[in-house]
Amino acid sequence: MDIIHNDYQVRYDATTATVICQGSFRLRGTEEYAPILQVLTAAADTKPATLTLDLRMLRFLNSSGINMLSKFVLHVRQYHATQIVMKGTHTFPWQEKSLKNFQRLLPGLQLEIE
Amino acid sequence: MTRIFGHFIAQKDDCGEHLEIGFSPTSISIQQRWRTNGLSADFLADYLTTFFPGDDRAAAERQAELKSAVSYVANELLENAMKFSYAPSQHAISIAMYLAADAVSLYVTNGVDPHAVAAFQQTIERLLTENIDTLHMEQLTHADGSGLGYLTMLHDYGVALAWKFAPSLQDPAVLTVTTMARLSI
Repeated sequence: MDIIHNDYQVRYDATTATVICQGSFRLRGTEEYAPILQVLTAAADTKPATLTLDLRMLRFLNSSGINMLSKFVLHVRQYHATQIVMKGTHTFPWQEKSLKNFQRLLPGLQLEIE
Repeated sequence: MTRIFGHFIAQKDDCGEHLEIGFSPTSISIQQRWRTNGLSADFLADYLTTFFPGDDRAAAERQAELKSAVSYVANELLENAMKFSYAPSQHAISIAMYLAADAVSLYVTNGVDPHAVAAFQQTIERLLTENIDTLHMEQLTHADGSGLGYLTMLHDYGVALAWKFAPSLQDPAVLTVTTMARLSI
């Protein structure tokens, strides 16, 4: 279920219900992002009480990647029992600017920027 | 025929330091070229920070923020240019960064498909006249997310966008678009 690429990695830790995204997401459009979205939605489909998306090592996210994360958040929105925690960092300033938009899609989303 | 959308500031009026990178239209495939978007955007962003020296924490934060913004904006502009560049026009894609005392401006030029111009200009009109917050939310929930790159620049980074459609200087039969993105410093 993990995705290992030279420029980015996506790992799912089932024991902590955490998806860790690392590197730079600069993929081209919906089709190229499909495998990553698949990892995220599959993790959500196990319906954990809390699903953590750890983005602290995600240096870059293009607009197609933002679109992909929106789809994930909208997907989780149907599972009222699952709380999403999004972890970010001040180290990469894009996270402060753009991650809060996902709270507008899902007001219960917990955003932790450290 | 030249057509301007938004407050387009011609490059020559925006004097000062500048840096330009050009891409030959046929040298490599879009798959291979895609990787250069990030390299070019990060190069421009890294280069820019040398003009904002300082050792204190505030200077470092300012540098990091500006670098991140330029990296995002330049990458999105290049991705759009690569996606929508009209191959039959054989027009090179270029990105230029101009520094002024109060702003950093990026200009990306590419050839456009004459049949796609009307739809593109309609999108631009919406970006320039409608409520950005509403449009941004609309596109975040939209399946294809088209226009989300521009909307993120406007909504998250407070960038001013403008466009110039003009015949190519090299071949007047070819229509080009130059997108300007201006970040206040």
